[in-house]
Amino acid sequence: MPHYALGIDLGTTNCALSFYDLTLERPRSIHESTLAIPQIVAPGTVEPRLLLPSFLYLYSAQEFPEGSLALPWEKGGRHTTDRAPGFAGEFARAHGVKVPARLVASAKSWLSHGGADRASALLPWQAPPEVPRISPVEASARYLAHLASAWDHAHAQGKGGAERAAAAQEVILTVPASFDAAARELTLQAATQAGLQNVILLEEPQAALYAWIEAAGDSFRKQVRAGDVILVVDVGGGTTDFSLIAVTEQGGELQLARLAVGDHILLGGDNMDLALAHTLNQELTAAGKKLDSWQFASLTYGCRQAKEALFADPKLKKSPIAVPSRGSALIGGTIKTELNRETLTRVLTDGFMPEVAITELPQGARRTGLTQIALPYAQDPGITRHLAAFLTRQARALAGSAELPVPLRGKAFVHPTAVLFNGGVFKAGPLKERMLAVVNRWLAEDGAEPVKELQGADLDLAVARGAAYYGWVRHGHGVRIRGGTARSYYVGIESPMPAVPGFEPPVKALCVAPFGMEEGTQADVPPQEFGLVVGEPTRFRFFASSVRRDDKVGQMFDDPLYGDEFEELAPIETTLPSDSREPGKLVPVNLQAAITEIGTLELRCLEKGGEGRWKLELNVRMKGD
Amino acid sequence: MDVQNPTDGTTFFERLGLGFKVAFNAAFASEVKTGLKALAAAKAPKPPPERIHASGLFLLGALQREGRLIDFLRQDVAEFSDEEVGAAARVVHAGARKVLDQYFDFEPAAKEAEGSPITVPAGFDAQRIRLTGNVAGQPPFRGTLKHHGWVTRNIRLPDIPDSLDPRVIAPAEVELP
Repeated sequence: MPHYALGIDLGTTNCALSFYDLTLERPRSIHESTLAIPQIVAPGTVEPRLLLPSFLYLYSAQEFPEGSLALPWEKGGRHTTDRAPGFAGEFARAHGVKVPARLVASAKSWLSHGGADRASALLPWQAPPEVPRISPVEASARYLAHLASAWDHAHAQGKGGAERAAAAQEVILTVPASFDAAARELTLQAATQAGLQNVILLEEPQAALYAWIEAAGDSFRKQVRAGDVILVVDVGGGTTDFSLIAVTEQGGELQLARLAVGDHILLGGDNMDLALAHTLNQELTAAGKKLDSWQFASLTYGCRQAKEALFADPKLKKSPIAVPSRGSALIGGTIKTELNRETLTRVLTDGFMPEVAITELPQGARRTGLTQIALPYAQDPGITRHLAAFLTRQARALAGSAELPVPLRGKAFVHPTAVLFNGGVFKAGPLKERMLAVVNRWLAEDGAEPVKELQGADLDLAVARGAAYYGWVRHGHGVRIRGGTARSYYVGIESPMPAVPGFEPPVKALCVAPFGMEEGTQADVPPQEFGLVVGEPTRFRFFASSVRRDDKVGQMFDDPLYGDEFEELAPIETTLPSDSREPGKLVPVNLQAAITEIGTLELRCLEKGGEGRWKLELNVRMKGD
Repeated sequence: MDVQNPTDGTTFFERLGLGFKVAFNAAFASEVKTGLKALAAAKAPKPPPERIHASGLFLLGALQREGRLIDFLRQDVAEFSDEEVGAAARVVHAGARKVLDQYFDFEPAAKEAEGSPITVPAGFDAQRIRLTGNVAGQPPFRGTLKHHGWVTRNIRLPDIPDSLDPRVIAPAEVELP
């Protein structure tokens, strides 16, 4: 049995690791449970930090003095890699601003981007040809390897070290709830590449709720009651994630069930600081002061500090920002500007949390196609608009559902009764207050009670902490959130019809995995039969839906591309090995779906009337390549 | 030319000779150890000043990197307006403060509030308390706390690698087109 549960938050902009001693029979102490991660903060300087910035700098051989980039665990000659050498963390982020072509950033967003070949070496995005590139999976693997080495360095040295090494522990790795099957699979691949062997995936909003439950301790049962619907709003550095979790009661015990998750929204706290910096930069440019990219990054950093100062003290009217000169003439070369409250409110509070009606929809299409190559950032920065769309869509989806743990019928949108905020963005009281005000107005207009806020734990570390706590929960302590898949999955079947130039043949969606499948279960086998040609790749189009809760395995639906209920994912494919079979022969198969204990989706082909079983791979490459 | 061992300053031939003695007479071993130490003490060259003061130079490097302190102090402030000096001072203050918080915890040498009466007992620590004004007579002294002083409580400076020259406070930056 593993000694520790390691909860890892593999974030878009920061990673963190929290641990739980599984041999403890009592709850852990809050102080001794987050790993300080040694990282390079300047050449020759290694210092521990609680967060590892998720940035990787790929350096050239002559760029830094020899030995100045060695981490403590590399002194024994153990180097992580020979190809595309790089370092992660604070200095990577700081120096990468000056050398953007060598900086890998936002690897996590690329992992979930169906429009790009996620297994190929494509980062740094738009690097010149002589800079080595790595895949988003490898970048994620490097962050995880850094964390694992830091753990081993701190906890697994000396006698019996192998038993305490990260590889031997239970690792709970968090992913956005909105990650689709392929993105989860890739996250797992990254963990395997990093040498982590015993990995379970957990959705970030659930991890945040676990962190809250741990922090609340015994008062948890007083703060929520059966019938409550908890809305988790998780705004990370690069993504926004919504989840709804219902509180139910069985035999006098409170239970938690995840009802629904939102779509993947590439919009987060980093966008907010950038929006402020762009606004101030416009004013500076108008005054004839031009900033280079490094100064712009300092301005962005200064905006974050000024924002935090203004949000922390409502009496402050403005906060100064000084952008240092690039050269050594600091006095005279420093550009001074300021962030005033009016700009802050206009750009952030009104820009990102606009006061909208529940009926308003985000501008710009939902991500359905697989056409873009650059990251598909959200078109609409209005987080409240995305939330309105989520609650309305889910109300429609839940209305027709046969089994509901809490009463939701007959409402235009899902009424949350409690809200849990997560993510560093919500250190800002006014943003939280605005979001609460908007949700409460929607509720009041529908004749409902206002929500109560569940006071969260540490906003930066909650996800990692909650993940480690979940490791403890899995070993039979505390309350477990029941979830299952938050999507149903479909294989596309092209209907036979005469080819018409310019028209795609109509496609039907065959349900292979229903909504809410639990980990470690498999779905029935749909009666539909497919013919696979031995030795040749066969590819299926693949769809998912986060709102079709009651579709049964084997049901067939017309026109999945019409409307917004289905989302097309990257295709799935398999090649039947030709060993012991005649190449070119047609083998009849059925499809079967399973959710692994780890939390990933697995699709298999079962040979009809035979023993053959093949795994269908989730294709992580671009559609149509 | 002697082949110097970089760690203790003994020559290769001295070590070789000692090795033979150890090999022929095991009981002689502890004497050898003492001999080696004496040799090292006698022969070790004094490290250069940048090695002796490496952590001080490191701290200057950190204050420059985060707070541009050397840039600031090396400039002549006389020719600039208060506005310009103030803008630069904000950069120095924010960055240098971050460095101090990172590496040290400080506490006052005297816990009383400045301006309040204080009794200095007999046998006081003359490094932590400095008497001013009409210094005469025998303790205990009664006076007023003018400045509470500062004492470092925790030091968290990182290890400084031998491979780098501590004299380099900040590299020259060359931007390639």
